Amino acid sequence: MAERLPVSILTGFLGSGKTTLLSRMLASPRLGETAVIVNEIGEVGIDHHLLRRVDERTVLLASGCVCCTLRGDLSEELLDLLSRRTRGEIPRFRRVMVETTGLADPAPILSTLVSEPVVQHHFERGPVITTVDALNGTRQLDRQPESLKQAAAADRLVITKGDLADREVVRALKERLGTLNPAASVMEASFGDVDPFQLIRRAEHVRPVQSAGSLVISAHDVHALTLTFDEELDWTAFGIWLTMLLQARGEDLLRVKGLLNVGGPGPLVLDGVQHVVHPPTHLDEWPDGDRRSRIVFIGRGIERDAVEASLLAFNHVAG
Amino acid sequence: MCALCGVLQKSHWAESGGSRRERVFRVELLNRVLEHFGLRLDDWSGSVYVLRDRKGGTRVVTDIGSLWTAAEELTGRPLDPLDPALVATLANARG
Repeated sequence: MAERLPVSILTGFLGSGKTTLLSRMLASPRLGETAVIVNEIGEVGIDHHLLRRVDERTVLLASGCVCCTLRGDLSEELLDLLSRRTRGEIPRFRRVMVETTGLADPAPILSTLVSEPVVQHHFERGPVITTVDALNGTRQLDRQPESLKQAAAADRLVITKGDLADREVVRALKERLGTLNPAASVMEASFGDVDPFQLIRRAEHVRPVQSAGSLVISAHDVHALTLTFDEELDWTAFGIWLTMLLQARGEDLLRVKGLLNVGGPGPLVLDGVQHVVHPPTHLDEWPDGDRRSRIVFIGRGIERDAVEASLLAFNHVAG
Repeated sequence: MCALCGVLQKSHWAESGGSRRERVFRVELLNRVLEHFGLRLDDWSGSVYVLRDRKGGTRVVTDIGSLWTAAEELTGRPLDPLDPALVATLANARG
């Protein structure tokens, strides 16, 4: 298979500074050869990048599940970019950035990247970058389900407008975001000032467990659980278990991310947003000395003991 | 089909890259779970699965993702892996 082009997703609630961040990122020479797909073309002050506009059109699948809808517009735009690049009609590009609308759920975009066969063959999922406004972020997480989904789907959480907010507010927001999504790194960017390479580099793997227990961190009763397993997990049993869990509880499960010890020299990387699971990949080696499986779940009504007992029971049957 | 690379379709993430032996093992494990709900799964030529209930209901499914939707249709309820009765059955089963 030819090398696939990474597609990074920039999301964040209305007014959270996505466009400012995008403009600053694209001004960096390190982000040359980037094709950009946006909903509103006028706001991004750039002209040396490939800039395309899409109207949000979704294709609802028979399952009727919103997160598994395919973004037909995005799929067409990506393939058109590729085809014109191949014909030499547009300059070569090495990556794509998709800026979503402020109310967008990132899951259908990820679903398009991992489920649409032709797109999946030529493009790969890059990191999800979510902006959170230091002034309004806490309120939006409390009141706006879209904001919560965007934060849960993130690989990088960027706090914007930190210079306008009280330092204590920024610190509390940072802590809350870290608890909400332990799988993401949290960084601060005033006026979009952040190292763009740190934002677009490949998603890092789940970091060692830093907190135990489940903490309710929003009015929507969403919480994060980090589970670790000492024993080797059987991949076939795990696949059965997770597909079944996503079918039964998918509406309440916003994110699953982890490293699994399935017996190879390195772990298996697992990453799912709502029902959309990225095809797992094997790493050649573990990122640190800890070889335990570690999985982060972000969702509503997900009880630690029940999840742990269930996964271990499925694993036991495979033993 | 993609004009550039000839891709037709890809397999489900939980089944991708699996061997014939793994597929047989998967069906065996699935049946340990499905029997708790009165269902049985058979592999048909290594290409699709046939899911049956005890009343003669049948569904043909292409992958493990669509299996759970079909199982819900046959049983009339979601099959929850966190169901304590299922977990107890599996935990006490012979491995």
